[in-house]
Amino acid sequence: MICDNCGKRVATVHITKIENGKKTDFHLCEQCAISENTISINTSFSISDLLTGILNNTEYFPLKFDFQEELKCPVCGLSYNRFRETGRFGCSNCYKTFGDRLNPLFRRLHGNINHLGKIPVRTGGKMKKVREIEKLKAALNFAVKNEEYEKAAEIRDRIKELDRISKGEENK
Amino acid sequence: MKGWITEKGPLNEIVLSSRVRIARNLKNTPFPTYLNKEQSAEIIKMIENTFIDFPGIEYKFQNMNEIEGQEKQILVEKHLISPELAKSNKGAAIIREDEFVSIMINEEDHIRIQTILPGLQINKAWHMADEIDNNLERNLDFAYDEKLGYLTCCPTNVGTGLRASTMVHLPALNLTGNIGKILQTVTKIGLTIRGLYGEGTEILGNLFQISNQVTLGPAEEEITDNTNGVTNQIVEKEREARNILLNTGRVHLEDKIWRSWGILKNAKIISSQESMNLLSDLRLGIDLNIIRGLSVSTLNEIMIEAQPANINKYANKELSPEDRDILRAQIIKNKL
Ligand SMILES: [Zn+2]
Ligand SMILES: [Zn+2]
Repeated sequence: MICDNCGKRVATVHITKIENGKKTDFHLCEQCAISENTISINTSFSISDLLTGILNNTEYFPLKFDFQEELKCPVCGLSYNRFRETGRFGCSNCYKTFGDRLNPLFRRLHGNINHLGKIPVRTGGKMKKVREIEKLKAALNFAVKNEEYEKAAEIRDRIKELDRISKGEENK
Repeated sequence: MKGWITEKGPLNEIVLSSRVRIARNLKNTPFPTYLNKEQSAEIIKMIENTFIDFPGIEYKFQNMNEIEGQEKQILVEKHLISPELAKSNKGAAIIREDEFVSIMINEEDHIRIQTILPGLQINKAWHMADEIDNNLERNLDFAYDEKLGYLTCCPTNVGTGLRASTMVHLPALNLTGNIGKILQTVTKIGLTIRGLYGEGTEILGNLFQISNQVTLGPAEEEITDNTNGVTNQIVEKEREARNILLNTGRVHLEDKIWRSWGILKNAKIISSQESMNLLSDLRLGIDLNIIRGLSVSTLNEIMIEAQPANINKYANKELSPEDRDILRAQIIKNKL
């Protein structure tokens, strides 16, 4: 497929645009997609359509990867290059294997790189305590700032207590 | 028909349904695309066994290998499973008897819990899905990362794995040419809105789906509150637009609605597209008290029953497109 814009290069970025209730499909080459500035989070483009486009767009992967040996997930065998082509992981272990080089992608898609939502009920006990301690520490700072020292002392005790409990669990 | 199609819910005149979907995967197991038949069957068995312990309500197991193409298509048309699952030969679905809940196994992710309720009840839909998730997690080890949350096959779902969406009917915003503005505003705050039916440039029946884009970062309640809030605002805008239409051109509006009624009541042959667009007029007519004695749920039923697989089922055989259009006209007439 040839790029709709320049009519020269091969179209690799496929975009569905909805405007005034009308849906239009665009097929652009990478250069045109960037120069047309169509890849902006504030437009009405569907992000999943853009995904493979972003993954293959080196502008968002500022580090150049010249792997002597191809990076591959040891559990499912998916290579990083293959992931960049398909936009899909092979197993949950891929996330660890590809590590921090996924962060630009997460920032682009979600504007975040940290999950603050649900923690699994059965297996997430320790994580819950860590999250609660973080919350309490923020509350402590707030209390100190507002000179609510009595409250701050209470929060400090609660943090100590939680710290002690989680350390105790670790030693078990 | 049952579930969201026939039951009533808050703001039902504009919001047809609220849907929550959460994606979960098993630890140390390749995602479904990388599973062979035996491995997929094992996963299905494992999840089904977990489910048997569920208290109370009855569930129906449907292995995609074991049911006919038409049956699958009907599940798709009722929004109980995705077209992707219907195509797969490695998947299965667990559907709650009342059809408010369905669990897809081996779609893109190992598990997708879906709850779908009538009207605007997105928070309730989330709580139902959350509870099912907790029950499943008692026996299953989910792929979860302290930093990234629930790990999914596609990076667009990582974190909460949550997609919270509402299906809304926006004829007046569309007629008054305001839909574009709404689309733009909504996308700016991390949500998307798209036509629910129709291919290419067409939007059928003025039906739109509003859903969150971002799944990593905000907590689940934030996501559902956001979808809920935005849907509420859009409902208000749609109401404003409906009032404007009424105040500036009541006769024209009534004329349009009654003409649509006339066609639906009398047509001998009708395409899916045409019927969707005319049904939209009736839906508007009910809300504006122009048409009385007809319920929104009847229109929902027609909308589903008038789709290809449902019509074939009604006929008890595979019909040609033309025969389908003829039978569709009959089904609609009878229902009205
Ligand atoms: Zn080009
Ligand atoms: Zn992997």
